[in-house]
Amino acid sequence: MTDKIKIENVDLYYGEFQALKNINMNIKENEITAFIGPSGCGKSTLLKSLNRMNDLIEGVKITGRMLLDDVDIYRHMDPTILRKRVGMVFQKPNPFPMSIYENVAYGPKTHGVKSKDKLDEIVEESLRLAAMWDEVKDRLKKSALGLSGGQQQRLCIARAFSVNPEVILLDEPTSALDPISTMKIEDLLVEIKKKYTIAIVTHNMQQATRISDKTAFFLNGEIVEFDDTEKLFSMPKNKKTEDYITGRFG
Amino acid sequence: MQRTKQTGINEKIMQTIFFLSALISVAAVIAICLFLFVKGMPAIAEIGFMDFIFNEKWTPTNTPASYGILSMIVGSIYVTGGAIIIGVPIGLMCAIFLAEFCPGKIYMIVKPAVNLLGGIPSIIYGFFGMEVIVPIVRENMGGNGYSIMSASIILGIMILPTIISISESSVRAVPESYAEGSYGIGATKEETVFRVIVPAAKSGILTSIILGIGRAAGETMAVVMVAGNAVMPVDKINLLKPIRTLTANIVTEMSYASGLHESALISTGVVLFVFIIILNISLSLMKSKAQRN
Amino acid sequence: MYTNINNLKQRKVKSILLKSFIWFCGILTVGILIYILLFILLRGIPKINLEFLFGEYNSETLSAFSSIVATIQMILLSLTVSVPIGVFCAIYLAEYAKRGNRAVKVIRLAIDTLAGIPSIVYGLFGMIFFVNILGFRASVLSGICTISIMILPVIISSSEEAIKSVPDTYREGSLGLGATRLRTVFRIVLPTATPGILAGIILAIGRIVGETAALIFTGGTNVLKNPTFNLLSSQRTLAIHMYMLAGEGLPHSRDMAFATGAILILIVFSVNYAATKLAGRIGRLR
Repeated sequence: MTDKIKIENVDLYYGEFQALKNINMNIKENEITAFIGPSGCGKSTLLKSLNRMNDLIEGVKITGRMLLDDVDIYRHMDPTILRKRVGMVFQKPNPFPMSIYENVAYGPKTHGVKSKDKLDEIVEESLRLAAMWDEVKDRLKKSALGLSGGQQQRLCIARAFSVNPEVILLDEPTSALDPISTMKIEDLLVEIKKKYTIAIVTHNMQQATRISDKTAFFLNGEIVEFDDTEKLFSMPKNKKTEDYITGRFG
Repeated sequence: MQRTKQTGINEKIMQTIFFLSALISVAAVIAICLFLFVKGMPAIAEIGFMDFIFNEKWTPTNTPASYGILSMIVGSIYVTGGAIIIGVPIGLMCAIFLAEFCPGKIYMIVKPAVNLLGGIPSIIYGFFGMEVIVPIVRENMGGNGYSIMSASIILGIMILPTIISISESSVRAVPESYAEGSYGIGATKEETVFRVIVPAAKSGILTSIILGIGRAAGETMAVVMVAGNAVMPVDKINLLKPIRTLTANIVTEMSYASGLHESALISTGVVLFVFIIILNISLSLMKSKAQRN
Repeated sequence: MYTNINNLKQRKVKSILLKSFIWFCGILTVGILIYILLFILLRGIPKINLEFLFGEYNSETLSAFSSIVATIQMILLSLTVSVPIGVFCAIYLAEYAKRGNRAVKVIRLAIDTLAGIPSIVYGLFGMIFFVNILGFRASVLSGICTISIMILPVIISSSEEAIKSVPDTYREGSLGLGATRLRTVFRIVLPTATPGILAGIILAIGRIVGETAALIFTGGTNVLKNPTFNLLSSQRTLAIHMYMLAGEGLPHSRDMAFATGAILILIVFSVNYAATKLAGRIGRLR
């Protein structure tokens, strides 16, 4: 399997503070890669760099290279195109204050789809992919804010699908949800990885073991260990990794 | 420390005083309504309601005198409408500028400028209108300059601070998470602002517009100095011709009016007052509806 | 799902156009302000002379002296009436009122209504009630009474906001030591809220100085040769002086109208500046 994303010698600074130190990793296509580590270790920061959401924060400086299909995403790619190819689901569900339909149609409309039939098609397909279609097909015009937390998050996932991305980034997507919604989303991710490349930040190590193929353990802005999930959790090579996963800290 | 009975009594007394002070506002509103209506209604009754509101002939000094304020009502509507057409787009864009696009250093200049614009007395606006806007309209658009157009321009400028400050707060209040969701999908900043943020700030923006309408409709001095104050027959109303508003009607003639004429002018004030009350009520209804959502 | 329609260029162009228009509106607004200010200041300041500011009023000097004195009287005395009432009302609303209480809703409605009434309507009310019914006739006194009601909402809302921004921790500290509500209000809350309250007062001053429509029928347009402290005499304020001069149509009057305008603008400038500085102090409390 090819390397969908290559991260080479990346350092990231918030002003004076260095949040990421010499990050080197490759994310393989059609796999789920998990980022784990204690709070403030840099995992979310790295995730947000992959679709240049960090650009929106003042004072952020990045050195090194990040490549999507071997193209430098900072120097040779337009951020709006990047974000179409690399979608993101945030920690707290953030549907727009619009109808369910409009939420999912927003992305395709932005990127040029005008025909109503086409939009209807995309909305249905995205909601199906997110395993939501049957639940909401009769109330597409109702406000998205009336959905439950778990449904809102799956709506955000459907919204991410709507622009036909290749990579999906998820930043602790289930931390605000109940166990049943969490399970639904985890099943969903495992189901769709055949078509997408997925990177997920999670605080929940069990989640990482349940769904991810590879796991990266972050500590203080560095990747301490990056390996197949099974190997990392059963026979960690680094003592710090072992300490973390056995709960000695973090 | 022993709490004496005196302290308790003092507390109660002061609390009552505070409450009574608050009631003074209510008393003031009641008094204003009362006296305006008491002085104004008899005139309306004598002139006849239909004749007062729907007659365009305002000739108080003729015999027999006619007291129809239709022309002034239409005049106020035109001038207020014009102010909204000019002031809202510019004001809204400026608010968006301040909330989303303005760099910090420039904000320190523009925001105080907007506040200052809001503090300028209406006669200054009126005088400026008379000396600058009226000639510009006269030279570039025709007529003698004292017109609906000039009044709309000046009023449009006058309501800018109202529109800008309230709309800016509303836009700023929209949660960051909405914007993040839009960027995450690959929308540009401008697309995000106009398709997600501004629609989310709708109700605050609408509030600012309603308040702007109130200000424009109630403005007297600036209008009096640029609108010409001629009572126009309704079918002859023209953007470049003079017009008299409800407010100007009162100011222009009150100094020499007496008897029924004077009362009719007060009644004009009552009509204006009622309009403002209706506007306020719509605003409250809108606010409580927004809160319920 | 759908083929990659590259409309990116179109979108970029649209975005740039929008952004330019937005910037244009921002600059336009500032530009308008500067134009108005400069227009009046540049023509008005040169015309200001000592005769105009302090001389006796006649057709040569068109002195603003009596108007200035009348305006000052109006400011001081209206504030004397409105500030205590307004601050007490704000205390009631911020410290004692229970949310949802029917009386509170009515009071707030009344305050909002007062805030929205156009000045000409205040002028009419003042004329009916103070000038005629109470018999004060057109006088500084009638003007003061009318203005006091008019600025009440301004005082109330800024005082209420200032009081509300005083951190609850201060109140808790005081009450925790056994002080009464009342003592807490007067010793802790009010002193802390003072900058904000002052900011509101200063804004009210700005409004009073600029007011014309409410005073034309209450204070009157009369101009006295020399200033007086007789509150029952009719005397025009500074803003009305400008209005009268502007309407006279003579070149000299027009010049002095500019001069009056310049003075008004300078007053508004200082008022705004002072209020912003004070309001900044409440911001720092949070």
